[in-house]
Amino acid sequence: MKIIVCIKQVPNTTDVQIDANTGRLKREGVESIINPYDEYAIEEGVRLKEKFGGKVTVITMGPQQAESSLREAIARGADEAVLVSDKAFGGSDTLATSYTLSSAIKIIGEYDIILCGKQASDGDTAQVGPAIAEMLNIPHVSCVKKIEVVDDNSIKVERMMEDGYDLIESSFPVLFTVVKEINNPRIPSLKGKMAAKKAVIKTFNVDSIGADTKRIGLSGSPTQVVKIFNPPQRTGGEKFVGEAKDVAANLVKRLSDLGII
Amino acid sequence: MVMNYMLSEEEQMMVETARNIAVEKIKPVREHYDEKEEFPWEIVKEFAQADLCGVYIPEEYGGFGKGIMGLVLVVEELCKVDGAIALSLAATALGTLPILLVGNEEQKKRYLPDIASGKKLAAFGLTEASAGSDATGMATTAVKDGDYYVLNGTKCFITNGGDAETYTIFAKTNPSKGARGISCFIVDKGTPGFEFGKKEKKMGIRASSTRELIFKDCKVHKDNLLGKEGHGLMIAQATLDNSRPGVAAQALGIAAGALDEAVDYARKRVQFGQPIASFQGIQHMLADMATEVEAARALLYASARMIDSGTSKRTSKESAMAKLFCSEVAMKVTTNAVQILGGYGYSREYPVEKMMRDAKITTLYEGTSQIQKNEIALNLIKESAAKAK
Ligand SMILES: Cc1cc2nc3c(=O)[nH]c(=O)nc-3n(C[C@H](O)[C@H](O)[C@H](O)COP(=O)(O)OP(=O)(O)OC[C@H]3O[C@@H](n4cnc5c(N)ncnc54)[C@H](O)[C@@H]3O)c2cc1C
Ligand SMILES: Cc1cc2nc3c(=O)[nH]c(=O)nc-3n(C[C@H](O)[C@H](O)[C@H](O)COP(=O)(O)OP(=O)(O)OC[C@H]3O[C@@H](n4cnc5c(N)ncnc54)[C@H](O)[C@@H]3O)c2cc1C
Repeated sequence: MKIIVCIKQVPNTTDVQIDANTGRLKREGVESIINPYDEYAIEEGVRLKEKFGGKVTVITMGPQQAESSLREAIARGADEAVLVSDKAFGGSDTLATSYTLSSAIKIIGEYDIILCGKQASDGDTAQVGPAIAEMLNIPHVSCVKKIEVVDDNSIKVERMMEDGYDLIESSFPVLFTVVKEINNPRIPSLKGKMAAKKAVIKTFNVDSIGADTKRIGLSGSPTQVVKIFNPPQRTGGEKFVGEAKDVAANLVKRLSDLGII
Repeated sequence: MVMNYMLSEEEQMMVETARNIAVEKIKPVREHYDEKEEFPWEIVKEFAQADLCGVYIPEEYGGFGKGIMGLVLVVEELCKVDGAIALSLAATALGTLPILLVGNEEQKKRYLPDIASGKKLAAFGLTEASAGSDATGMATTAVKDGDYYVLNGTKCFITNGGDAETYTIFAKTNPSKGARGISCFIVDKGTPGFEFGKKEKKMGIRASSTRELIFKDCKVHKDNLLGKEGHGLMIAQATLDNSRPGVAAQALGIAAGALDEAVDYARKRVQFGQPIASFQGIQHMLADMATEVEAARALLYASARMIDSGTSKRTSKESAMAKLFCSEVAMKVTTNAVQILGGYGYSREYPVEKMMRDAKITTLYEGTSQIQKNEIALNLIKESAAKAK
């Protein structure tokens, strides 16, 4: 089974600060990590390989420093890594990112399953996975919480829903985005870390993926960021304190005065 | 900051891996295993998966080949969080060392890869009810019968007993020869005539199983004799020279963990309107604890490096010093950590009471502190006598 896992390097913090002047994320001094959801995607890929044989290739689009995340993915059990990096990719929005990644995946060639995280902890759009699938013209299932059965020609998965889950069957090749419920990622092993140290990371640039330069980077990104800002902290609100009975009565009175109930 | 002991990149890798497992996997479940006294199989799987089980086993047998220093670093790091769960690994090392030290090629190939990969655990069976500090008092016998030895007797207090697959067992092949009549065998779990007796209920290290091993006409093939007949006591001593740093590392880890808890608590706990860390009485306790922990670490690492360098034939004295010092420091530091946490330290809500209970075993097994002193003094006298010649 040939598996490709898309991973993104993100800043290690859930409350990324935004530079008020430039509207960009403040990345200085923040350690870079693998997008947390993508760790689950890597683990699921490695488990599939351990069960059915085959190979796990991790791929990321990002600056040269994203190589460290690829090496960590190898320490976590991936076999090969591809870095898609070029100045021309700078400023990509989700459309350009998905185009670039899907172009690179076409160069990698054969695959049965592509795994992505549900969403990135910084961009947070949850668009890249499904968009890659569209561009490759393959089916996808998002928010997968369990891979149920794998046959020669089909695979059944559980898709997480708010009120339970859907059981979905698909043919190959297929793309899944995964949620944290899917597994419990392993600690990178010593032999994995040694392999990561020695691994040769393949690097693709604009030319090697044969990308249409109009569809990459800023020129390929129809989304324009007008302004990014920290929403103002919510203030005060009304507080009811005291005995539970009195609080409940006061609250009901206030809500009915406001015409809410 | 921690002192710089010039750890290699690979040594740092082992420390980091052990720390990740300790913090992410062990910390959330340590109280559960202490309360329930269950064997921590889910964590053993993590050790195996992360390649920690074979850090001290040579690469040719599937290990990571990082010697006693590798074992020490991993055990210390794990024990900072929990002093009991790591024993599944550390006591396996104790049970495996006889095979590593004196096993023939066939025995090493047969047993080491499964231990290195974490597929199998091992145990070391020396102690008996009437043979503790004095192993020569053992009553278990191994009588030669054709291609087999027939074992009879009962071992007690055996760590990993019942949970391990591979046992290195000491028995008398020639009772009339005393210390020179003991031999060492590898016995597989499931061998007919090999059963498990009662499990000890203990003060500490409750996530570690301690059981009796019972041999009733248990036939062990002569291919499973380790080393030569009659060399058993020597094998046990050589094993302890190599394994005592592992106990020292357990003690050091527990002490370092307790120190961290104590400093952290002292900064936060306010009495008389100020953090208790501002009282000189507390500061001096913390200073002593930190200095003792660092001295223990320096002595232990030096002993482990000496063993791994292979420059000295015997390292009985150095191993005993490391074990004696680290385990006594662990007792002092954990007791003081409880003191600094006051009533909360005595409560099971905080981890230091468990650390104090876990620490105590390190002054007892693999030779009590008194026995370590005997060993150190004996070697001092021998060395001096050799110089005088
Ligand atoms: C409106 C908007 C404007 C933006 N403008 C810019 C800009 O000007 N400059 C700039 O640098 N960035 C910009 N970004 C950020 C960048 O486009 C996104 O971070 C990127 O497209 C991925 O989207 P996401 O972070 O929402 O990932 P999601 O779609 O939430 O990620 C889902 C999954 O897709 C995969 N994935 C996502 N990104 C990658 C990747 N790079 N490599 C491999 N796999 C990946 C991972 O598996 C991930 O878990 C912008 C984002 C938005 C929303
Ligand atoms: C939890 C646990 C796990 C264990 N795991 C193992 C294991 O895996 N394998 C194994 O083989 N054994 C194991 N043991 C046994 C352990 O090694 C012995 O308990 C230890 O060696 C002490 O023996 P003893 O308990 O019989 O004490 P004793 O030998 O009876 O000692 C009693 C006291 O007398 C002192 N003493 C004895 N001789 C002298 C002397 N010559 N000079 C001064 N003082 C002396 C001792 O220091 C001690 O204070 C374990 C024990 C425990 C409690």
